[in-house]
Amino acid sequence: MSEILFIGLSLSSILLLIALGLSITYGAMGVINMAHGELVMIGAYTAVLSGIYLNLNLFFALPLAFVVSALVGLGLEKLVIRRLYGRIIDTLLATWGVAIILQQLIRLEFGLSFFGIHIEGLGPGLQNMDVPAFLTQPFEIAGIPIQPYRSFIIVVTLLLTLLTWFLMYRTSIGTQVRAIMRNPQIAAACGIDVRRVSAFTFAYGSGLAGIAGVLLAGFKTVMPDMGASTVVDGFLVVVVGGVGSLLGTVLASALLGQINGVFAILTNDILARAVVFGVVIAIILWRPRGLFAFKSR
Amino acid sequence: MNSNRRSFLKTSAAFGAALAAPSLIPGRAAAAGEIEVGVLFSQTGGLSIVEKSLADATLMAIDEINATGGVNGMMIKPIVEDGASDPKTYNEKASKLVIRDRVPTVFGSYTSASRKAVLPVFEKRNSMYFYPTYYEGFECSKNVVYTGAVPNQQLSNFIPWIINTLGKKKFFIVGSNYIYPREMAKVSKILIEQNGGEYVADEYLELGHSEWGAMVSKIKDSGCDVVLSNVVGDSVVAFYREFKNQGLTHDVLPICATVTSEIEIAAMGADFAVGSYTSFPYFQAIDTPENKAFIERYRAFVGDPKAVTHHALESSYFQVFLWKQAVEKAGEATPDAIREGIKGQTFDAPNGKVTVDPDNLHTYLTPRIAQWGADGQGTIVEAYPEPVRPMPYVAYGETPDNLFCTAQGLDSSKL
Repeated sequence: MSEILFIGLSLSSILLLIALGLSITYGAMGVINMAHGELVMIGAYTAVLSGIYLNLNLFFALPLAFVVSALVGLGLEKLVIRRLYGRIIDTLLATWGVAIILQQLIRLEFGLSFFGIHIEGLGPGLQNMDVPAFLTQPFEIAGIPIQPYRSFIIVVTLLLTLLTWFLMYRTSIGTQVRAIMRNPQIAAACGIDVRRVSAFTFAYGSGLAGIAGVLLAGFKTVMPDMGASTVVDGFLVVVVGGVGSLLGTVLASALLGQINGVFAILTNDILARAVVFGVVIAIILWRPRGLFAFKSR
Repeated sequence: MNSNRRSFLKTSAAFGAALAAPSLIPGRAAAAGEIEVGVLFSQTGGLSIVEKSLADATLMAIDEINATGGVNGMMIKPIVEDGASDPKTYNEKASKLVIRDRVPTVFGSYTSASRKAVLPVFEKRNSMYFYPTYYEGFECSKNVVYTGAVPNQQLSNFIPWIINTLGKKKFFIVGSNYIYPREMAKVSKILIEQNGGEYVADEYLELGHSEWGAMVSKIKDSGCDVVLSNVVGDSVVAFYREFKNQGLTHDVLPICATVTSEIEIAAMGADFAVGSYTSFPYFQAIDTPENKAFIERYRAFVGDPKAVTHHALESSYFQVFLWKQAVEKAGEATPDAIREGIKGQTFDAPNGKVTVDPDNLHTYLTPRIAQWGADGQGTIVEAYPEPVRPMPYVAYGETPDNLFCTAQGLDSSKL
């Protein structure tokens, strides 16, 4: 029983990890960022490349990937999204285009493969990230087997959630972000620099995606289109939890992860996935704005 | 009057034939002294990682044949098309090669989906397709020469070996959810029962799925003592990693795989596969001068000193030589002549002797089992004493005395 719960918890933490960044960019800024998966992918490649060229292990790759993805996100915000605020369908299309460009940049090794130059760690092939040995050796506490890597992901996700909560609810910039979420015009009228705060928020959400990428690289294959499939799960969580609600995102990922884990063990993974989608549809029918949507004026 | 009319009809018929004649000549005839062939693999898209290497091996074989004087004194001219990892594109490109370029042969395809997509083109227009990949069997086309392994060539020594040599009797069969793993599982179950083993589960995961937590936990609790994996693609990587992360080791509970090749091992990091087994007719580790020379030539050809070779790649290479011998035997490069000429052709491939079965146009191959080491290479721990006859319908009761697929075609009454 404890194993089933652990697998569910682990699935939840991975969902939350992906959805955390998304809930901030989507929730706070109303941007459906189709390139979020690619920011995850960039984080994963940062881990692979820093392993090959800088000989850095997982722990150093985490902050590095945060910075790299945040910078890419910042550039994306300044170049594309800033010009499209309030035009939700346009941002969806534009960021989808950006997603394809980012994938191709990795696949074509920033265009160098046209000149016959090959960079190890890039290109269309499959890459992998080394995981320190002590994170792959399971151990037992009081007879319960503990998987260190999955536990590590749970801990990191927990810390990031706390950090995000702290930033959003206990700092002045968080207050500004929440003001913008409710009503950007009034927030601007109160003297908040909406553009600057939005850029910061978007960069932070992107950085979280980068960290998710590093952690995913530990048990997934790293390849240019790895992000596309993960981002779907992220959107599911955000929509179920309620746009812009941190608590909703946490609870939605816990719910969906546990449902997935329990059904996967009791029946099989294919059915579990169908059940998850069924639950999502039911919740959206019941509460179209998600479990914890706040009333916006 | 009557005779007049008849002679008029005669002359007009002759005239008509004369007019029609030019259209019988191919619109884009190959230059004299050249034979055009199609090379149809994915150069772009998700499958291009593997398929590019197959195209490279094909082109290398063509280069080598041309360097030694070509076929019947004629140079082979490859027309390379891109299947773009998409069956529909495959079909369009195959039509282009067969109808517009009028090539008598196309070398191509990695996935069964792409082969099924081009099959109608070759059957309707009567052209020949050479398919280099291991696949699930259950096909008997007179227009395809199959040079990869079919299930009985991967499993007929593997399962008895697992039961008798490894001493493992309780199988957990796991695969990706599509036709190849499901057919492999069928054949495995027949063989497991014949050899006195049992299977405790037969489970599937979506193609491309990478969350293995629940499945590996099931494997752990199932009481099995060996895992038979028909998992394909990038899921393989996530599977082996999760296996180790949950504390399972290959010395106690080995994964015995039918798809995990040198490519997947390199992608997951060799540590995760050390001690596990794979069954294929070809491994890069085959320790013969012929294979070592082959690897050297391939690496030089693609300009990558670390390039890996694998089963489908080797088949892509040797099938061009089988084709060459067929054309030479037949004396002409028409599809019908190639089909007749290829029957019984034998070639010394890097993996050893290969022979095309005259009945079902599949290839006799030597099954081998390798154990993976820390360097990402296999050690051959078992090899069949001779090449094994291909039987594409073995899952449905085909035996050497009761063939389903013969030169006359498929006997569907036996299915």
